[in-house]
Amino acid sequence: MTNVAIIGTGHSKFGSRTDVNLQELAWEAVKQALEEANVEQKDIQYFSVGNVGTWSAEPLPAVVIGEYCNLAPSGTMRVEAACASGSAALRDAYLAVKSGEADIAMAIGVEQMHQSPNPTVVEMIGRAGNYFWEFENFGLTFPGYYALYATAYMNKYGLKEEDLGKIAIKAHHYGALNPYAHFQKEITMEEYLKSRPVAWPLKLLDSSPITDGAAAVILASEEVANKYTDSPVWIEAQGVGSGTANLSRRTDFTTIDAARMAAEQAYRRAKINLDSPWKEIDVADVHDCFTIAEIVAYEDLRFAKRGEGLTLAREDQTYIGGRIPVNVDGGLKAKGHPIGATGVSMAVSLTRQLLYRAPNKGMQAEIRNGRALAHNVGGTGHYAYVTLFSTRRPGL
Amino acid sequence: MISDVRDAKQKEIAEVLKQLDMLTKMTGLPIYPEPKTGNPLWSDVRELDLRYQIPVKKISKFFDELKKGKVLATRCSKCGTVYFPPQDDCPKCKTSNLEWKEIQGEGEILTFTVISVKPPSFAHYPDYVVGIARFGDVNVTAWVDGPREKIKVGSRVKLDVSKREPEGYITYRLILV
Ligand SMILES: [Zn+2]
Repeated sequence: MTNVAIIGTGHSKFGSRTDVNLQELAWEAVKQALEEANVEQKDIQYFSVGNVGTWSAEPLPAVVIGEYCNLAPSGTMRVEAACASGSAALRDAYLAVKSGEADIAMAIGVEQMHQSPNPTVVEMIGRAGNYFWEFENFGLTFPGYYALYATAYMNKYGLKEEDLGKIAIKAHHYGALNPYAHFQKEITMEEYLKSRPVAWPLKLLDSSPITDGAAAVILASEEVANKYTDSPVWIEAQGVGSGTANLSRRTDFTTIDAARMAAEQAYRRAKINLDSPWKEIDVADVHDCFTIAEIVAYEDLRFAKRGEGLTLAREDQTYIGGRIPVNVDGGLKAKGHPIGATGVSMAVSLTRQLLYRAPNKGMQAEIRNGRALAHNVGGTGHYAYVTLFSTRRPGL
Repeated sequence: MISDVRDAKQKEIAEVLKQLDMLTKMTGLPIYPEPKTGNPLWSDVRELDLRYQIPVKKISKFFDELKKGKVLATRCSKCGTVYFPPQDDCPKCKTSNLEWKEIQGEGEILTFTVISVKPPSFAHYPDYVVGIARFGDVNVTAWVDGPREKIKVGSRVKLDVSKREPEGYITYRLILV
């Protein structure tokens, strides 16, 4: 099977995008990716669209986007993996190229959450745990699910509010440097601590915002990629996992099993040392829909031992220059979390990092190994995708 | 009652719709400027009112016993796996018609949260505590009742079945012992 390269990337401004509709928003990213790759729509043999929707009006978004972006009649589908839908779309397009079905394919992620009022969005996301046994009767919200993790983690490992605050402050620091980010301002610990409770122990400043945004990547087989670019970024490996819908069916609330499994798969496929994988990775984007999720991710990805993720936060080890830079694009917390776009946005951010094309010097990690990692969790570990991107051709 | 909750919500919606009607009459279009940016937004005139009908036949015994004050899990007589939430199929053994078994005694809180920002359909309740408690071989997610400062990881709880007001339907909760 062929190697698969990213030959073009596109990214819209994230935020409250009431100036465009869903398909216009997708076009911003699609157009940028086509121009960057110097590829025409007719060359895209397949495209997948990561979109969760229900808060936006169009029930068949892949088709509406295909029509608007002139991508039809190529094959398509809408891909759903909750908050990891973007990574699922990437996987779908990646497999299409890898299998030899398509020479060039595109993964698009798009979400426009502001088509519904915020309370309605809160309602809809809350329903995305296990609907009947968690939402219908007990009204769990999305921050609520992650708060259950935060409480358990605090109790077991002595995590403090201020540790979570450090994650939020880092996200906003890098978000302030990222012209694509939803929030482009720094926050202080004082502001963090005063922020209003959403689902104790999580506060508003622990939470990613309700965001509109789109991202796109163009993927090509090895043979075709070399015709289009001298600097391909390869999808080196991907690991996938899933977990229970019912949180009550989990045994441990300080780790996400699906993510641990996905990471291990990806590391094994890329032959990365499982004891200290961070030594072979230059930069990572992890799923920080809530600050606690980032701490758990450090451990699930083996950047730190179990219970020591909070030490990385305390010691600022995930800023540029530390053990491993994490979410130097602002993360979901500051860049924004347009559900279906997030995974593709990570692919775009990391590809640009690896090519020294971060939109701002202050958010460019030092690239030594030529390798970046994306960790995208759907739900609270309902789905997990860990993807490794590399400037080195796999197999070399 | 369910209809009271609905009426309260519909009153808010009716107010918004009235404004929309006025706007449409005035300008001929349901388009209004978004308050922060002034971006024109078309306000959908086709309402979608969703309420699903969820089949519960295979676990109807759960609800029959809930009425009698009991919370039941299912147990596979072949492999011994206990299921909660209850299900009537054991996918491990590919068998059905599992045994029913009451969740009894004291459980222990594994984790909990206090929901402050509530979904609109829960807006009529005061802030509520949701916890997950371990009872032997199963975990139960439910509201936790008791003084807030006494609810901790490790607190002992028992299951209690009662009516959830104002809707008035029977459900279970965790209460501190
Ligand atoms: Zn069985």
